[in-house]
Amino acid sequence: MLAVPMKSRAHAPIGRDRASVAGKQPPIEESTDLLIVGAGPAGISAALTAVAGGARVTLVDENPVPLRTMGEDVPLHFGGRMAPTVANRNAVLESILRARPQLAEAIEAGVDVRLGTAAWGLFPQRRTARWIDGHVAGLADEDRAYLLRFRQVIVATGCRDMGVAFDGWQRPGVMGASAAYKLATLYEALQSRTAVLLGGSMEALQIGNALLNAGVRIAAIIEQAQSIPGPAALSARLAAGGARILTGHVIERTEGDAQGVAGVRLARVDAEGRRSAAQLERIECDTVLLAVAAIPAIELLEATGCSVDFQAGRGGHVALIDGLQRTSVPFLYAAGDCAGIWPSKTQSDATASREGRIAARAALQALGAKPAGLEEEAPVSVDPETRDIEGERLAWVRALTLHCAGAPFVCQCEEVTAAEILGLSPPRYLRWRHEAADTGRLVAADPGCAPHPDVVKRLTRAGMGPCQGRRCREQIAALVALGSRRRLADIALASYRPPVRPLPLAQLAALPEAPAMGEGWESWFGIASQWVPFWRTPPAYTVAGGRGEEPAAGE
Amino acid sequence: MSTRDGTGAAVVIIGGGVTGLSAGWWLARDGVDVLVLEAGAIGWGASGRNGGGCSHHHSPLFREEQRLWPLLDELLGHPTEFQPERIRIALDERQLALYRQALENAARQGFRSEVLDPAQVRELVPLAGEDIAGGYYYRFGGHANPHRTLQAYAWALCDRGGRLLQHTAASGFDTRGNRVVGVRTSRGTFACDQLVIAAGPATADLASLLGVGVPLMSARAEMIVTEPLPLMRLGGVDGNGLYGRQTLRGNLAYGGGPHEWVETADVGFTRPYSTPLQSSIARRLCQLLPKAAHARVIRSWAGFIENTPDGRPIIDRPGTVENLTVATLSSVGFGLSPASGRAIRDLVTTGACGFADLSSLRLSRFAGLEPDWRQLQGWLPGAVGAGE
Repeated sequence: MLAVPMKSRAHAPIGRDRASVAGKQPPIEESTDLLIVGAGPAGISAALTAVAGGARVTLVDENPVPLRTMGEDVPLHFGGRMAPTVANRNAVLESILRARPQLAEAIEAGVDVRLGTAAWGLFPQRRTARWIDGHVAGLADEDRAYLLRFRQVIVATGCRDMGVAFDGWQRPGVMGASAAYKLATLYEALQSRTAVLLGGSMEALQIGNALLNAGVRIAAIIEQAQSIPGPAALSARLAAGGARILTGHVIERTEGDAQGVAGVRLARVDAEGRRSAAQLERIECDTVLLAVAAIPAIELLEATGCSVDFQAGRGGHVALIDGLQRTSVPFLYAAGDCAGIWPSKTQSDATASREGRIAARAALQALGAKPAGLEEEAPVSVDPETRDIEGERLAWVRALTLHCAGAPFVCQCEEVTAAEILGLSPPRYLRWRHEAADTGRLVAADPGCAPHPDVVKRLTRAGMGPCQGRRCREQIAALVALGSRRRLADIALASYRPPVRPLPLAQLAALPEAPAMGEGWESWFGIASQWVPFWRTPPAYTVAGGRGEEPAAGE
Repeated sequence: MSTRDGTGAAVVIIGGGVTGLSAGWWLARDGVDVLVLEAGAIGWGASGRNGGGCSHHHSPLFREEQRLWPLLDELLGHPTEFQPERIRIALDERQLALYRQALENAARQGFRSEVLDPAQVRELVPLAGEDIAGGYYYRFGGHANPHRTLQAYAWALCDRGGRLLQHTAASGFDTRGNRVVGVRTSRGTFACDQLVIAAGPATADLASLLGVGVPLMSARAEMIVTEPLPLMRLGGVDGNGLYGRQTLRGNLAYGGGPHEWVETADVGFTRPYSTPLQSSIARRLCQLLPKAAHARVIRSWAGFIENTPDGRPIIDRPGTVENLTVATLSSVGFGLSPASGRAIRDLVTTGACGFADLSSLRLSRFAGLEPDWRQLQGWLPGAVGAGE
């Protein structure tokens, strides 16, 4: 419905569309100069640097993650291996402060540190979304969700683990290697005695050794390739601790009991990933550590609109950054593992910390603060490329998933198999007449272009579940690459959307809103003439003549 | 009509949304040589970003919409996830009065509805709560899955010999006299005997290249999706200022509330970002279905949508260009698509719609429209602050 047009100074009379967002900005009480998301080595260094430079700094970290969220394998593939102590929030907070002593230093220095606080979206004003001024972050702790205004933001959200499906991988005890590492070191709550490590890269071996130090027995390193890709010293240390080194092997299936994984059966594979018929060997273990690939956790960066590309030297899809850690979004920086993962960076926290400091310096400058006394540092550079991560990932998916005897669900949430992904099959609950899996369809969906995982997602539902595609995203990309005979780097990234953490409706609903929001709320555009039935529509339309229609319910 | 030679088609359709794809499918099933050009990927615009509703009782295409949806899976040969019927819940007297209009419009066209008291609503809708004024059970309409339907049209089009080219942006036209003879694109020029422009927000710019003025303004709207919940008997439940449904998988997918006007020039290939508006949608969904308040929101999305000044579609042959058909469904295109595609086929092949009176959808109704209509209606983007 239209209000009576009002006189404006310069132009024609301006009407008001009371059903639009104009004038309905939510009240936002809190603000900061620099928001930092993620209190790992990069985030903490950034916070200490920025606060020393005189900025108001808010450092949020989602740990401790609510137990229910962990149970859904968000943000990491925890595989149900959380010890009961994770329910004790205070105990976890204490262990986090023990694991990261610099957090106390940051609090002491005046950083506003908020643990147990997830950033579920960054909402900058942009040409196509102008209704909220400035830059706003959507944050959530255990009970509430709220908005925080910021001027600059550094995202330092770390990494997660690539999932790869095999028979029985849905069993509790199959978990991401970095999830296990986080539970062991940050939560002091990893429920695992004996693990096998699936993958022999530098990142995998590094975590294997850390878990060995934390008291987990590593029974075996299982690597599909014919040799261990990571440093020999690291695998030797695990071997000295009792680990068998099994190259040219994959997990055929897990075997389990009421507690989940009780052992794994292995199969030998050749260089093409084909399995030999030899008898399957069993290894006793309660945990399978998925360490096929460490994936930069870029969901917040991508959902905010940073330009993203597949960069093999940085571990896959990452935000494009410059020497100052700046992304394509002018006020947004990436630091730490989410900005890229490469072997020499994994060896210590030094590179991540340096990235945090560089980003903080750049943010201080953008804020107009003087980074007094802060030493300028040279840009971080990645290792000279020595690894073929595209080939490695495709080889894992081929050997483990495509050549698997059963048909495990690649997407556990939506229960979609590799064949269904490759055939773009409608979900089973539609009971659509069965068509033989036909990879031709995947390729034909958009002739001349690489199949897009977003299309695969919409048609098969793979990646659309509550874990928000965390366990299946990279596998699906690899399957699409294999099915369409393209390079992995040519397969686009399935898009991320806020909230990048699952948020209960009631919690999201509790954000304050302007009173005007309720007053002008319409189910559709609130254009009265739109819903006038066709037998009553006037032959001509003008704005002057179109007013006076009764309000109508949009459909 | 010209023969198929790979560089043209008898009918070229610009726009791979539901309207263009449905029109292409209807033409292809008649054996017409048809080529659909899509600038991005199919359904990238509003067609893939809507609630999937199919109950537009105000439209001259309503009867045909209702006839076709239950047949569509079989006609297309691919699933659309169509589910019939809809319950609309009113939480207060104002909503009760507003939603009643549907009953009268539908009844006049021979469709049945029932008035529900709060207890009946709760009986039919397990996720509903205590604060209910009443509801309506529309024994018509329903909903489908937009993405699945889009792909079904596209596959059906190709199954019947039609062609679809994605990532092919139209940039201009070759004309001869009053006729368009070629469409210039990022992949070369495609000859045509007939041209259909059904390009969503881009329709106005493309038509203006042919001297045809189509008054349109673009806006951004948002929706949210929850994790799956146990299936209700009927998924087509909405109301309280929201549209949407429980999907067959169990997710609650809802939208509604304010839109944001945007410059069409800014739409381009910009991704439509969602904003904290998702919280206001969540709030109203909690009121509508309080027993789902614990369900977690796992996605939100936004879409760019075009509207004409009166919000009604334009499906017309403007006449100044002999072989041009223009179609915009003005923000209500998904549900009507089976019928709008058929209407466009009729206009293209015979010059008139054979099953419905489209006189209310003529472009000429805007002949006397004020040039500053956007301002007059308050359909302007807001100011952008200085930012950082």
